[in-house]
Amino acid sequence: MKILVPIKRVNDYNVKVRPNQSNTDVELNNVKMAINPFCEIAVEEAIRLKESGKATEIVVVTIGDSKHQEQLRTALALGVDRAVHVKTEHNLQPLDVAKALAKVYEKETPELVIMGKVGIDGDHNQTGQMFASLLELPQATFASELKVEGNKIEVTREIDGGLETLSTDLPAVVTTDLRLNEPRYASLPNIMKAKRKPLEEINIDDLGIDVNEKVKLLKVESPPEREEGVKVESVDQLVEKLKNEAKVI
Amino acid sequence: MKILVLGEHNENEIQQATLCVVDAAKKLGGEIDIMLTTNASDKVVNQASKIDSVSKVLHFSNERFQNIVGEDVAECALSISDDYDFFLTSSSTTGKNILPRIAAKLDIQQISEIIEIIDPKTFKKPIYAGSCIATVSTSQKKNALTIRTTSFDKAELGSGSAVVETKNCPNFSSRRTDFVKNELTVSDRPELTAADIIVSGGRGMQNADNFALLDGIAGKLNAAVGASRAAVDSGFAPNDYQVGQTGKSVAPNLYIAVGISGAIQHLAGMKDSKTIVAINKDEEAPIFKVADYGLVGDLFELLPELESKL
Repeated sequence: MKILVPIKRVNDYNVKVRPNQSNTDVELNNVKMAINPFCEIAVEEAIRLKESGKATEIVVVTIGDSKHQEQLRTALALGVDRAVHVKTEHNLQPLDVAKALAKVYEKETPELVIMGKVGIDGDHNQTGQMFASLLELPQATFASELKVEGNKIEVTREIDGGLETLSTDLPAVVTTDLRLNEPRYASLPNIMKAKRKPLEEINIDDLGIDVNEKVKLLKVESPPEREEGVKVESVDQLVEKLKNEAKVI
Repeated sequence: MKILVLGEHNENEIQQATLCVVDAAKKLGGEIDIMLTTNASDKVVNQASKIDSVSKVLHFSNERFQNIVGEDVAECALSISDDYDFFLTSSSTTGKNILPRIAAKLDIQQISEIIEIIDPKTFKKPIYAGSCIATVSTSQKKNALTIRTTSFDKAELGSGSAVVETKNCPNFSSRRTDFVKNELTVSDRPELTAADIIVSGGRGMQNADNFALLDGIAGKLNAAVGASRAAVDSGFAPNDYQVGQTGKSVAPNLYIAVGISGAIQHLAGMKDSKTIVAINKDEEAPIFKVADYGLVGDLFELLPELESKL
């Protein structure tokens, strides 16, 4: 079984991102970048499937400028076999990402696609579902458990009311939630080895998709600050304030 | 202008979230229809027809809908999509699962997690886990929006008189996704996103058993119990308790954060609460920056005392 893992380059999740001075976008200059945490979980899940003998090959793909190769190399160092870099200087929106990934899918014909449920930058939570929709593939989103049995997968999903289990035929698209696994770190020897693994470059223009900024970013601001309240000295004082001042109990 | 709201329900009643989505639809302006997929639940259909400002309830009935698979709902919506300019749903796990599937087929770039409608082309939404608020504008003829329900009121239930129209389901024979089972959390407490009061525990609770300390207080206040991501990741509480960017967004009248440090991604999910109380032994914890009332101390001493004094 071949697995395709699309990944996204985003800010390191420890960095607090702020609006730029002119409030036209966020300030990402000198911000440390990394693989989106949910995509890291997707890479890890694919590697575990290969280690357990269920998968034979893992291909990772990302879309963006030349700096995106850093994240592809990281994925290769973690245990991915091969990387595809779709090159563009544009910052693509989820629908265009899904269209570009669909073209890569058609070329690679994997049996399973595992990807992060959401990028921690735009907070869209769309690409996996759109990608599945364009290709008319079954989708199992927000996965906290994935079992591959022959030509089927069984996926436990984290939903608002608890957990739900779906079964789908392959090929299928799975998007990862936080508790699917805990990703490993790349070892130094593997980082060295990753430099020699194959990395294919494709120009986005050669995929024949029409990149289109359908939704424009007008402004980026900090959220309104909440005023800092007071410290109370005792439980009695807290209960008194909640009853008589805030009037919430 | 015509708006289609994808209605959410549990075969017994309409979700509160759908009422908030209708409120958002009213702010867009235009004719509002609600689409429902049920396993012949007249009760839900009846209820939906009484939501204020709704013109039509479009009802797809099929035994497959006892447990709804996202792809099926998307197919139903697509079968009637020609009539609509807007497709709206809540940013629940159900809405997030389904709407992009519809949007992609219609070549629409969806806009997620809307917290404010400035005009029918301009919206505000949080990005970077709520660290920033983006204002975006769409040039598309048709649009798909998920609504962050805590930022909107609830449309009134009872005053409406919508027409109910039964629709034929598309052919599902080619579907390759099947429902297997679900494990839903059963509780006699209010649901997290609908509760007036929430008592939430973090890593400071130390283990799952200690969450019982929160249950006692929640019982006295008729509150829901929530948890931070750290607590859920550590296995102290189930995933559906999670409040925050990757869990639920809540905005109750009172939010009591116990042993929660206040990571940005947690704050993103609860900082719109009316009154926030923080109980934490670390007086430097960021949660105190957003709390109206902070109490510094050992939660294992403070919680039993609080329970006894409520």
